[in-house]
Amino acid sequence: MKPANHRDQHSQDERDIRGFLKEGLPPVANTELSRDLWPQMLEKLSRQSAPSLWPARVPWFDWALAALAGAALLVFPGIIPALFYHF
Amino acid sequence: MDLLERFASGDLEAFEALFQQHQREVYAWIIRIVRDSGIAEDLTVETFWRIYRSQARFDPAGSFQAWARRIATNAALDHLRRDRRETELPADLPAAVCPDSAVQHDVRRKIQQAFQLLPAKYRLLATLALIEDEPYNHIAAATGLSANLVKIRVFRAVRMLRKTLGAMGITPGAAS
Repeated sequence: MKPANHRDQHSQDERDIRGFLKEGLPPVANTELSRDLWPQMLEKLSRQSAPSLWPARVPWFDWALAALAGAALLVFPGIIPALFYHF
Repeated sequence: MDLLERFASGDLEAFEALFQQHQREVYAWIIRIVRDSGIAEDLTVETFWRIYRSQARFDPAGSFQAWARRIATNAALDHLRRDRRETELPADLPAAVCPDSAVQHDVRRKIQQAFQLLPAKYRLLATLALIEDEPYNHIAAATGLSANLVKIRVFRAVRMLRKTLGAMGITPGAAS
């Protein structure tokens, strides 16, 4: 009996919140696109396809890792032969 | 070679044809999540940009519509994650249902605030399930989650909303 009661309680909760939310945030009425977006798409395609002087975006974390690895090699040059051995 | 095969092999004309066929549908899906026409337009273009970039991974035997919807959902989710500051409904968005006049402006604002406080992944699911009444299996297909997980997350979102609204002095069951 208890699970059924819980289920009833959950669906009652959901109904309450559903009704309440719709008062504050009604469903979107107009979902029609008012203009053709192809010109914007073309613009984005040409912008993104243009050759960039800067290499592809690299996350900051990768730069940090590369810097750490470089610093480690500078401080402990003895690990270079070990790295060659492993690779 | 059919349109989807041509698209998968990198044909720009095929991409344009698919864009023209599906842009309205993608926009209609996104605006229901982000609730702002300008942002929905930008995200529609972003969705097709992602589609264009991953065209080589598209299986022409599959459904372009389902694939596009999934990418659109991810683009909208990324937007929700980036932008948690907005707390008001955009002024240009017409409402389908005329809000009950008895609901005070302050209460509506609190409902919107409480909703904005939900983590993005819960806000997305709650918007589609609780506000837009989208069936759980449609949401599952668009998000790549199982229908059960969607239900569980919607339930968690309901609990979080109830708690936040309670802290604001609003009890949904009693107010409606």
